[in-house]
Amino acid sequence: MKVVLQNVTKIFPGRGRGASDTVAASNLDFEIPDGELIALLGPSGCGKSTTLNLISGLQKPTSGRILFGEDDVTDLPPENRGVGLVFQNYALYPHLSVTDNITFPLGNLRGKDRMSKAEMKQKAYEIAKLVQIDGLMDRKPGELSGGQQQRVAIARALVKMPKILLLDEPLSNLDARLRLQTREEIKRIQRETGITTVFVTHDQDEAMSISDRIIVMKEGVVQQIGKPQEVYDSPANLFVANFLGTPPINVFSASVKGEKLYIGEDCVLDVKNVPDGEVWAAVRPEGFVLDENGPMKCALDRVEVMGRDISVVSENENSVNPVVRSIISAENRVDISSKTVRFRLKPFKTLLFDKKTEDRVFFGDDK
Amino acid sequence: MENKSAKGWLYLIPAILFLGAFMVYPLVDVFVYSFEEGYNSASQTFFGTGLYNYSYILHDPYFLQAVKNTFILVIVTVPLSTLIALGISYGLSSIKALRELFQTVYFLPYVTNTLAVGLVFMILFQKTPYTDGLVNLILGFFGVSPIDFIDGPYWAKMFVLCFYTVWVVLPFKILILTSALASVSDDYYNAAKVDGTRPFRIFRKITLPMISPMIFYLVITGFIGAFKAYSDAVALFGVNLNAAEMNTIVGYVYDMLYGDSGGYPSYASAAAIVLFAIVLTITCINLLISKKHVHY
Repeated sequence: MKVVLQNVTKIFPGRGRGASDTVAASNLDFEIPDGELIALLGPSGCGKSTTLNLISGLQKPTSGRILFGEDDVTDLPPENRGVGLVFQNYALYPHLSVTDNITFPLGNLRGKDRMSKAEMKQKAYEIAKLVQIDGLMDRKPGELSGGQQQRVAIARALVKMPKILLLDEPLSNLDARLRLQTREEIKRIQRETGITTVFVTHDQDEAMSISDRIIVMKEGVVQQIGKPQEVYDSPANLFVANFLGTPPINVFSASVKGEKLYIGEDCVLDVKNVPDGEVWAAVRPEGFVLDENGPMKCALDRVEVMGRDISVVSENENSVNPVVRSIISAENRVDISSKTVRFRLKPFKTLLFDKKTEDRVFFGDDK
Repeated sequence: MENKSAKGWLYLIPAILFLGAFMVYPLVDVFVYSFEEGYNSASQTFFGTGLYNYSYILHDPYFLQAVKNTFILVIVTVPLSTLIALGISYGLSSIKALRELFQTVYFLPYVTNTLAVGLVFMILFQKTPYTDGLVNLILGFFGVSPIDFIDGPYWAKMFVLCFYTVWVVLPFKILILTSALASVSDDYYNAAKVDGTRPFRIFRKITLPMISPMIFYLVITGFIGAFKAYSDAVALFGVNLNAAEMNTIVGYVYDMLYGDSGGYPSYASAAAIVLFAIVLTITCINLLISKKHVHY
């Protein structure tokens, strides 16, 4: 089932005298294709959870329409939308066993959908098997680990065969190792069921690794929608470029003169079709190539060896970040005793942004 | 190791001394008194030991009346007040406007003196040669002939006592249950809402189990409190409770010690031990039942 948001805006009225309204989501207008795993990505307070709640129906939009497939669900209460929701803290009923937690939504069915106890149990067992918790059916949530609780919550959301599965920060309560494991698990479950899934996260790594598509948000406004690699390689603006990627992208204050890019005095790159003026130049850590005759000069700070790669940490007076961090193959040798290090920049790993609007400025054949 | 445990005992000495002197010793003493026949508190002598004291009170119509009254009071008021408090606090937690005002209003009786409240109840219910009282006035509108609630038939007096008791214990229960309800996370309700759970099922399957420890606490303390009722009856019916047929077990104990017919610490002790046995039994039953239905 595809999900369509048409000009959806959510405004929370300010509380108390003189308090201003909060625009949690502004003019959301996008489509989530059927059967995809979508990440809503952004820093805290960017409106991603609000967007999820708008889709689930727990909150009503101030204006705009929400469609599931061809059906307008804007005015439908959550129970009639056919969505499954997994909460950040799982919200498992602590007094009920795993089986009872999973069958709870089934107990709400009435009329022709009504199920017998045995049918419910059977159904719960099938779902539990899918999320691999079928050995824990008689336990209480308090007796489960965080990862297991997470799976029970997913099973509970899936048991009614929802058309759309919504996950609110599904991994934030797990430790680092479990997080890696569980995100693979979510991907697997989503693939096996084929349910359109939207999950909220502030972790770009998580979003990049498992989603089919990323929606990047900032202050209630969608910044960019695209496949993870697209969003990483070709961010729409400086915010997106900064938010995605670890280590973060290196941003320099730069200028363009005669279709050449200058960082300080160094003429670092040919940039065709870009008018003269000040720009932000952003270079991914993997965009640097060690080159004794390279045009870009930095003061060498230290070299960190990370096995497969080495990270060269240097300083440049035009850098916005405190240090310039580049990642290069460990086959390269860096002379630690030297005071300076010289780089050449890979053109497709170097991005230009307008100094004022911070929007992307394309150069060369990209245009 | 030895040194450590000696230190532990040292820290415990004050507590042991005080609890021993003011709780354990009197309890044991009461137990001993209850078996001493014909004990005279002035001369501190007694004739012999045996079960006569128990036999006496169990054949005393006043004591049997007190036991009956106490049991009616407990069985009626504990479930009733808990249910009403649950209803009111659920209502309070569902409304937004004026919630704090209502919370304050419901809590006011708690800080009001029992005897003063009793006096007010007496005035509301009493029928005198000059007036039928406010309650009878209202009942009169529905064609009910005036009833003397304070000096009249047994059931009318019992009704007033139960009504009064429920009214007095409500504020505390509402306070506890309102905060218990507030502590249930909204996420549970949202999760249930997304799954299309009807309000009654949410209440029965989520709210009630989540606040069950608090309900259980109120039931246990409610039982114990109601078994120890005394001042409520005095506030409504005066000190001569035996004559009014409204005595309670604690009232009987008091009368045996200091009442007009008093001066019998042995009988009082026996009655107190009987009360203790009853409360202990009921509390144990409560604990057993709670194991199945209370979710911590």
